[in-house]
Parts: sequence; C-alpha cells; structure tokens
Amino acid sequence: MLRSSSRARGPLWRNPAVRALVFQAILLLALVALVAMIVFNTMANLEARGITTGFGFLNERAGFSIPQTLIDYSGNSTYARTFIVGLLNTLLVSVMGIVAATIIGFAVGISRLSTNWLLAKLAAVYVETFRNIPLLVQILFWYFAVLQALPSPRQSLAVFDIFFINVRGLVMPDPQPLPGFEAVLWALLLAVGMVALLVLYARRRQARTGKALPMYWLGAALIIGLPLLVFLATGMPLEWSIPEMAGFNFRGGVTIIPELMALWLALSIYTAAFIAEIVRSGIQSVPHGQVEAARSLSLPGNITLRKVVIPQAMRVIVPQLTSQYLNLIKNSSLATAIGYPDLVAVFAGTALNQTGQAIEIVAMTMAVYLVISLVVSALMNIYNARTLLKER
Amino acid sequence: MTTTTVYDEMIEARRPPDLRSGVAGWLRKNLFNGPVNSVITIITAGLMAWALWPLLQWAVLQADWIGQTREDCSGEGACWVFISARFETIVYGFYPEAARWRVDIIFAMLAALIAWLAIPRLPAKRWVGLFALVGFPVVAYFLLVGGHFGLMYVPTREWGGLMLTLTIATVGIVGSLPLGVILALGRRSKMPLVKSVCVVFIEFWRGVPLITVLFMASVMLPLFVPTEVDFDKLLRALVGIMFFWSAYMAEVVRGGLQAIDKGQNEAGQALGLSYWQRMGLIILPQALKLVIPGIVNTFIALFKDTSLVLIIGLFDLLAIVRAGLTDPNWLGFATEGYVFAALVFWVFCFSMSRYSQYIERKLHTGHRR
Repeated sequence: MLRSSSRARGPLWRNPAVRALVFQAILLLALVALVAMIVFNTMANLEARGITTGFGFLNERAGFSIPQTLIDYSGNSTYARTFIVGLLNTLLVSVMGIVAATIIGFAVGISRLSTNWLLAKLAAVYVETFRNIPLLVQILFWYFAVLQALPSPRQSLAVFDIFFINVRGLVMPDPQPLPGFEAVLWALLLAVGMVALLVLYARRRQARTGKALPMYWLGAALIIGLPLLVFLATGMPLEWSIPEMAGFNFRGGVTIIPELMALWLALSIYTAAFIAEIVRSGIQSVPHGQVEAARSLSLPGNITLRKVVIPQAMRVIVPQLTSQYLNLIKNSSLATAIGYPDLVAVFAGTALNQTGQAIEIVAMTMAVYLVISLVVSALMNIYNARTLLKER
Repeated sequence: MTTTTVYDEMIEARRPPDLRSGVAGWLRKNLFNGPVNSVITIITAGLMAWALWPLLQWAVLQADWIGQTREDCSGEGACWVFISARFETIVYGFYPEAARWRVDIIFAMLAALIAWLAIPRLPAKRWVGLFALVGFPVVAYFLLVGGHFGLMYVPTREWGGLMLTLTIATVGIVGSLPLGVILALGRRSKMPLVKSVCVVFIEFWRGVPLITVLFMASVMLPLFVPTEVDFDKLLRALVGIMFFWSAYMAEVVRGGLQAIDKGQNEAGQALGLSYWQRMGLIILPQALKLVIPGIVNTFIALFKDTSLVLIIGLFDLLAIVRAGLTDPNWLGFATEGYVFAALVFWVFCFSMSRYSQYIERKLHTGHRR
C-alpha cells in the first residue's frame, strides 16, 4: 500500500534542511552573543582602566630609539613611524633568511641524495639535528653563547683588514654612491627588461624552429654586462667607506648588529633543514620511469635533470617551499627574545608597554602577518593552477 | 665447402668483476666511486675531523662532570656541573620540594600511558587512549594543582622547568587534536555558516605567528572577560596554544578526510547511518590512520614551540636554564646551558619523529618498490 507523500516526510525535526537551518541559527546566535560579550567586557574594562580606544596614538611622539633603522628615525618620530621601522626590519631579516635558507637547503637536500655515503649521512645528520631543536633555543645559542663570546672592538677578528667581527657585530665596507650612480641602476633595469623580452622571443623561436637560445649565458651576460659597461663608462661613481679603528669603536663602514646576525644564522640554519627535506622528497617524488624514459630517448644526464626531473620535482617542491618561507617570516618574530628591533619587538613590545593600546597594537601586528600570509597563499594558488597537470 | 673454426687452445679466463663485497668493496662503491666522489669524500672527512674532534674534546673528554660549585670546573672543557648542580630546578621549577612526589607520579603515569599507546602489541588501546584523553588530565589536574583531599595547593606560578614544558605540551596535544578534528569536519560541512566560521578560524590562526597569539593571550584575553574573573597566566597561554595548534591540526586532518573515497560515505548513508555514526565509525578511523605522520609532525612542532612561553614570562625548561645563566655564581656558562636545553628538546623531538617514521612504514602496507 502506498502512503501519501505528506506522511512519508516524517516529522519536521527529521528533515535535514530544517535541521541545518536551525543548527546554523543557533550557531549564529552563539557567535553574536560571544562577540557582544567580548565587546561589552572590553569596553567596561578599558573604561575602568582609563584607556581611550582608537588609532590616535599613532600620531603621538614615540620617544624611544631603535638600534637598527632602515629609514630615518629618532626619539621624536611618531608611533606610526615606529611601526614602519619595525616592519622594514622584519622584512629585512626575512629576505636575508629566505635567500640563505634556500641556498643551504638545496645544497643539503641534494647532498642527501648523493651516492657518496659520507656526504649523504652528513646531510642527514644536519637535517635531524637542526630540525629537532626549537628555533628559540638556536637563536639564544647563537646570540648568547657564540656572538656574545666574541672579543671587544679593540681585539676584533679581522678578515682581509676590511671586515671586522666583534661583540658589537660585523663591521664591513659600506658602498657610497656618488652622483651619476643612478645611470647604473637604470642600466640594470633596462637589462632586466631586455632579458624578459628575449625570453619571450626565445620561447616563440623554439616553438617555431625547435632551436633553443643559450638563455642562461645570454641573460647573465646582459644583466651583469650592461650595468658594468655603464658603470665603467660613467667613471666608476662609487666609493667604499672602509671601517677604521678610532678610539674604542669603528668609524666608517656599515655595522651588522649581532642581534641581526644571530637571528639570521638561526633562521637560515633551522629553515634550511626543512627545505632540505622538501627538496629531497620533491626529487624522489619524480617516478623513476621518467628518468628511464629519458635515458631510452638517449638524452644526456644533465638534460634529463634539467628538462625532465627538475620541472616535475618543482611542482611538488614550490608549494611546500612557500609555506616554509611563510613560516620563516612568522618565526622572525622570535627576534623579540634577543632584542632585534623587528615589528613584534618594537611595536607589540615597547610601543604597547608605553601606550597600553593593547587591542589596536596586537590587531595591527597580527594584520601585517595575516596580510603577508594571505597574499602569498593567493600567489601560490595561481602558481598551482598554472603548473597543474594538463590532462586531456 | 664449409669452414669451421676450432680453437686448439683454451680461451684465457676473463678477469673477475671488481670486488663488490667486503670492506674494500663497500668503500669503493660508496666513497671512492670515481674521482669526483673521492674528492668529496676526502673534503667531507677532513671537515668532520676538523669540527668534530674539538667538539668531542669540549663536550666529553675535557669536560667536568662532578662537583657542586664552579670551582670544580677546570675551564678547559664544558662545565656540566652547572647543569647537575641545578638539575632539580630544571626538572621541577619552583615546585615546593615537599610536594615533588606528586610530579613524579604524573611523570610515571605519562610515561606509562605513552609507552602503552606507542607499543602496537599491547591490548585495549581504545580504553587506554580514552583514559589518556579524559581521565589522565583530571588526575593530573588534581595532583599538580592540589588544594583538595588534603594536598597542599601549589599555584601555577610555582610550576616550571621540564614539568611545565611537558604540561604545556600534553595539554596542547590533548586539546588541539579533538578541536582540530571538529574544525576539519566543519570545514567540509555543507552548511555555509559552519563552513565559513571554520575557514575563518583556521586561516586566522595559521596566518599569525604564535608569539603574537601569546601576546594576545597575555594582554588581550584579560580585557575580554569580566574583571572579577581571575584568568590564570598559564591557563591563558594554554588557551592560545590550543587554538593556534588546532588550526594546524585541522588542516592535517582535512588532508586525510579528502583522501577517503566518496563511496565510503555514500555506503554509510545507504545503510542509514547518521552523520556522526558515519564520521565516527567509517570516515575518521580511516582518515586519522592515514595522517598519523602529519599529526605527529604537528605534535613535534607544538613541543618545540612550547619554549616560546618564556617570552610571556612563564618558566619552562628553556626559561629556567636561561634564568640560571644570570645567577652571579654561575656567570659565563651560556654554551653549556643552551646545549643542554637543546639536547633535551632534541631527544623528545627525535624520538617522536622516529616513531612517526616507524608507524608510517608499518601502515604503508601497499605497493612498495
């Protein structure tokens, strides 16, 4: 016997659509209640402590100095300026760390796959050692155990008499551009543009005729050669400021503060261990049949590596590599433990303690990292979409 | 007419192939296989001898192990007396001496539980696991905090050292895994509001550094609750750590959920199982098993990052060692202190990563070359 459709539906609370709606409504209510409670409590607490909310404090005088600034900054600058100085310092150590970690990581990762037993084991020991020690311990070790044990400026360790290493940091020659140096920079820009056009042309030519241009050599020649030519033609408009011992400290040159060195060393060495593993797994992820197929087409070893293995390995490596870069940027915030003036140390540390604007400052600091993460993730998604296997 | 070739003398025997076995064969195959490799071997061996010998001399051969004060150290090698003299503090922090037996019991219970869960042959995994997740934290709370059953009350500001590190790591692990599973399920939900709440939650925590989370926990959380509520400093840090790592855990679990065939869920539906029955009995057991290595890797990262609490003024293992370095009687032993802290963390993390590799091999029963 057939039942009528209205009865087959059963009671209302068994209808999935209704249940989903009710559940979401409850969730929404709970969220609104939570947010309202937080806002209410915060307002009451702030009022009790006499803190005014808002971003007006950014225009006030900061009144503290920062040991390393990439732009002009003094105690008279505003908190907004403090924010920018901190941000630039964060970006500086992040870029330095990313470059060094990539170089060390690729070297170690490839060494781990070497047929040389000793080299492969050494690389494995490197990875297992540095990957399993907290980054903070490594930063503190480099700063307090190694760099603080260096001699005073008067007994500096000298390298070629132009680099000096002491407890106050690494002093090295500082290039001073003279008038006319801009031409070299323009030449560099021009060279980069020309190489970009050349790459496009080479690609079309290869698609048409099957012949490849030696792009590595041509590109290197253009990017190094053109600016060098302009540099020589304009009469070498560059001067080096060589550090000299004067009294108790060095005069001239540029000093890399020990905080930056410790943070850079630790970040590079730590992240390199992870990058090495990514590189190794990426190369190993290329099926062995690919190499065998290339060999049966009698491609030579280096072409097999460059045109068959690496492009396929990169598809695995690049997304993980980006997430390691993001980790490095976020980890650079550990700078605050040794007093390197990064965003967290100067803004979420000193500025927060002085102004008490906890909510605004912590929110701004988090927003910076969040924006960096989201931008990089978005770029990563574009890359993934482009390198996706085009299956038919 | 046919010609035939007949050798009237023996063909000379071919040379045997290169020595492929024994020490010499191994050396030739792995270290001196061609001129480039020989050079690499010699350079690497030279570098190792240059770096390792002084290290060995410093750390072991010329080091001082026994004594009470810094005068017992000769100064030629490492002064491990620095560690042994304050070993108690490094393990228990400022926990009152009379009550340290409670910490010992918790240590023993933790070790027994981990061993039981880690050794595959032992039975009743489900009940032991349930106890580890539910019963053990309750027991540990009552024993460590005290204040009931005639036990002395020990405020959390007196906790420290290895004990605090393990507390934070355990609470972080026990808390972030279930939360991460819920978030991962929520992210795959068909309900738009549930999904977007989970996505925003996960992406927010994954986008910011842990240190800003700890800052937030220590300066912003007190503002969020009514003034009367006294929020313990350790508890605030724990909440921050739990939320932060649950987001990472959620992404790991999501990877496992995505790897499960859709047919599994559909088969469950066809049998008339409810959502939670399908997830709990069919999907999650398979998905979690797939991502055990990823979960353990997150545990390792969590364990390493417990050291960050020193920045908000909690005295974990690293902070205790660091505080010892400022003791006027013991100035100048930064290297010993940090090397020891590194070694302790290394032992924990390395064993976890080895265990994860072991499980991976054990579970990887499919195709292998």
